[in-house]
Amino acid sequence: MLKDGRPTRPLPANDSGEPFATFTGSRALEQDEPLIFEMDSPGAVGVDLPTKVAAKTRLGDLARQEKVGLPSLAEPTVVRHYTRISRLNYGIDTGLFPLGSCTMKHNPRLNERMARLPGFADLHPMQPVSTIQGALALMQHLKNWLSVLTGMPGVALPPGAGAHGELCGMMAIKAALNSRGDGEKRRRVLAPASAHGTNPATAAMLGYQVDEIPENDRGRVDLEAFKAMLGEDVAGIMLTNPNTCGVFENDIRAIADAIHDIGGFFYCDGANFNAIVGRVRPGDLGVDAMHINLHKTFSTPHGGGGPGAGPVVFSEALAPFAPIPWIVGDDETGFDLIESSDQGATTSFGRMKGFHGQMGMFTRALTYILSHGSDGLMQASGDAVLAANYVKARLQDVMSAPFGDGPCMHEALFDESFLKDTGITTLDFAKAMIDEGYHPMTMYFPLVVKGAMLIEPTESESKESLDKFIDCLRFLAEEAKNRNVERFQQAPRFAPRRRLDETQAARKPILRWRPNVQELQAAE
Amino acid sequence: MTDILFSEEHEWVRVDGDVATCGISEYAQVQLGDVVFVDLPTLGAEVNKDDDCAVVESVKAASDVYAPVSGEVIEINEALETDPGLVNSDAQGDGWFFKVKISDASELEGLMDEAAYAKFCKG
Amino acid sequence: MRYLPLTDANRQEMLSAIGVSKIDDLFSDVPAGALLDKPVDLPHGKSEMEVEREMASLAKRNISTGTVPSFLGTGAYRHHVPATVDYVIQRGEFLTAYTPYQPEIAQGTLQALFEFQTQVALLTGMDVANASLYDGATATAEAALMANRVTRREKILASGNLHPHYAGTVDTLARQTGFTFKGSSPSPAGSDIAALKDQIDSETSAVIVQYPDIFGHIVDFTSLAEAAHAAGALLIVVTTEIVSLGAIKAPGSMGADIAVAEGQSIGNALNFGGPHVGLFACREKLIRQMPGRLCGETVDAEGRRGFVLTLSTREQHIRRAKATSNICTNAGLCALAFTVHMTLLGETGFKELAALNHARASQLVDRLIEIPGVELLTPAFFNEFAVRLPKKAAEVVQVMADSGVLGGVPASRLWPSSDLNDILIIAATETNTDADIDALVNALEGALA
Repeated sequence: MLKDGRPTRPLPANDSGEPFATFTGSRALEQDEPLIFEMDSPGAVGVDLPTKVAAKTRLGDLARQEKVGLPSLAEPTVVRHYTRISRLNYGIDTGLFPLGSCTMKHNPRLNERMARLPGFADLHPMQPVSTIQGALALMQHLKNWLSVLTGMPGVALPPGAGAHGELCGMMAIKAALNSRGDGEKRRRVLAPASAHGTNPATAAMLGYQVDEIPENDRGRVDLEAFKAMLGEDVAGIMLTNPNTCGVFENDIRAIADAIHDIGGFFYCDGANFNAIVGRVRPGDLGVDAMHINLHKTFSTPHGGGGPGAGPVVFSEALAPFAPIPWIVGDDETGFDLIESSDQGATTSFGRMKGFHGQMGMFTRALTYILSHGSDGLMQASGDAVLAANYVKARLQDVMSAPFGDGPCMHEALFDESFLKDTGITTLDFAKAMIDEGYHPMTMYFPLVVKGAMLIEPTESESKESLDKFIDCLRFLAEEAKNRNVERFQQAPRFAPRRRLDETQAARKPILRWRPNVQELQAAE
Repeated sequence: MTDILFSEEHEWVRVDGDVATCGISEYAQVQLGDVVFVDLPTLGAEVNKDDDCAVVESVKAASDVYAPVSGEVIEINEALETDPGLVNSDAQGDGWFFKVKISDASELEGLMDEAAYAKFCKG
Repeated sequence: MRYLPLTDANRQEMLSAIGVSKIDDLFSDVPAGALLDKPVDLPHGKSEMEVEREMASLAKRNISTGTVPSFLGTGAYRHHVPATVDYVIQRGEFLTAYTPYQPEIAQGTLQALFEFQTQVALLTGMDVANASLYDGATATAEAALMANRVTRREKILASGNLHPHYAGTVDTLARQTGFTFKGSSPSPAGSDIAALKDQIDSETSAVIVQYPDIFGHIVDFTSLAEAAHAAGALLIVVTTEIVSLGAIKAPGSMGADIAVAEGQSIGNALNFGGPHVGLFACREKLIRQMPGRLCGETVDAEGRRGFVLTLSTREQHIRRAKATSNICTNAGLCALAFTVHMTLLGETGFKELAALNHARASQLVDRLIEIPGVELLTPAFFNEFAVRLPKKAAEVVQVMADSGVLGGVPASRLWPSSDLNDILIIAATETNTDADIDALVNALEGALA
């Protein structure tokens, strides 16, 4: 036997066990990739356009003479560039993505295929109505599903995302109050401290004073405190249900009654509708308006931050104030678009976006809905809630669940008390999950819980996947208890980047590439 | 120049004649962490005691700063524009925010001295 | 159900681990009577094949712009999107990622956004751009709100040749949030810049103009910028056809303070009007008042370059009621599509694309003005222009559609109660062929006969 043996892998570069720095800066499949602006190859081109057409130039004296400054790259270079940087991303397709409040569930590819049917993707929004009957039918079908699932008669499709939906709902409320001559005196909107940041931001945008409703010790609205805040100057309440602590507001009917008694409206933030879809209709609970994030409940892809869609469902009282355009008609009579208040939409609060809404998201959402059907949607919300409760049940002894008594909904909330005196923060704990191959949970939200960790496993995980995830968190909790701080404070070590310096980014913002900056640095 | 005084909202004031120099306390800067931006009041603006008149931003939080006394803003610390880190390195000195020409000196009476403030922070 | 991995056996095991007997027990907080005991009265789940069939049957009831000669514009333009674009945006690492709040494992999205911001700044001739907004109309509304914050004034003026959907979006916010919005009547025969100048006063926070405007006019607004600045107001320039900026001067070179645009033309399908991608760029000194997400460059703990979302203290999740905007989700994937397409085009490709668009439109104009009774209203234009017809444009468009040509957008569709019934707005792009142009000319002649 050869005494020393042949090494089967390179030896560490130094005693600390750190690997060699590579010549290229790449680490095997993880490639170090410059910006496209640093890859400029003048003369290269990534598209071949049809032959030039000879025609008179009619640009007045406004022809652009100066260079735009775009780099030139051939197609293979571009494909490789974006493929390489894509590999630095974590997506749902990569692994379990327990980002509470964000609903990172499976994105079926059938939805993508359907959205790309030329009969949808290549429709122009201003085609004559006679040529877009299928598109309008699709929108009516989606509206019908949303209406039946929520038990609410009105549906507005235009909003571009959840926050835009909130704005839509609150503008309808404001318009309704104005129409009964009540708008001036109702200057306050109530929202729990645990609300999404978009709630107070939306209400403030519309000029409302936002008053925070306190929570009780069960993570829900303190009903008595809420009632004490009510008065003739209250326009409405904005409440997420299931709420951001991951529990169902069990006093919701009393809350709805109380707000209605003083003449206010109930806006429900429907970001968490995925927990109850197909099982509970918000219309049965006294809700007047609610947005639905199609990119959460109905799984249109998040795409690294959009596009989303945030249709709003309305009660009978608010439906007339819905934004234009309105779609009218049915399969028998044919469909029509009302695009202007001049055409009969006199009660509408107006327009809030170009054209007719996020059609590409409607096709995906409807595909998802039809695939599940009413029975599948019921099963999906059930599985989502089951998975979250399972995670909670199996972690509650090693991590701390502040409102752990009753069942949770689709997400399990933990706080930082299990890390007390370890020197490890919620942030450190989350970053250690990255090294283990998981996307972290939502951190430090909701604000009402110290060092919050909000875990939303979704219905897309198998039991094996959940068990492995739970075992991993149990291991990390144990490591934290043992004060193995290195594992946490240095994390992530195995990600494409270590922790990034956000202070430097914010103090001296560099928001674009500039050639002179690079040259200056080179000169130094 | 008088001794430093503090508000319950963690602003400090140093009075020199009828001019008050204002900033946020050492305790506050530690709570905030790395300060990345300070939004100062407009020169010449009239501020009332307890009005929010500036914003101090760290990476993860933006906090309103309240005027500890009423008066006209006669100077702002322009050095904070290029170096907001001054708030961290010398909160109660070079990291001052603005100077106010005091319109009502009696308002100073409600503020705490250093010892009382230290006690207040320990809560 | 194919998307749900849990088996009934799994569910039972999990329920016992939790200590309940059925899933409904987990919904015990739902008020009595509100928990449904059976699915709502709509169809049950379907196989992939059945769903495809149902969706395809809806798609078939539409006339796709790809199947007929099509000349529609007014804020959405059919362009050719290279196959590479769709490949990239369908990669799961991009498609199924979230907003990059964990930068260590989101450098792909962040680097692409940094490239996007740089491209948008270059195109518009501005200093900085954000990581996108919903669409051009909402970007315009955000620009108006930002101008109010910057100037601490509350009166927005707008050209009558601003897309009415954009004007409507700003107007809605004005009425609801309490600032003044003063729009004007459309003027198809020419720009209303001179009239706008006269309206600027010491209360004005910004003037909004569209470039090229809704009828296709392109005019130099340097003097309008000067007039606005002299009064302490900002100039907001709106571009609905971003390809135009490969052929005509950048808004930044004419004094714009905020340039917003609809970016759909690059990388994105028409999608019946959405999702599109709002572009938003401004002068450097205004960045802390910008709405939406911003990606910035920094370094990691090992000193390697990396990117993060930055200046987030402007945003709703930190500032809550004091945020610059309530926007959260934006148009990330559409922005990526934009970036990939723009990267493929590069300097040469982008300028050639713009030149080809202009040439096609100009070629079409040469033909149309030969038709008796058709009058060109836009002497200078990019790829879209307006003509006056001797008949009602909406009727002409319907007749042409019935004969299989999508021949433009009648102004009456945009302003239903105006007296612009005889005006037709026509766009041509690189996708239009000589045969398409012949078809439109024939169809129009037929409809006017």
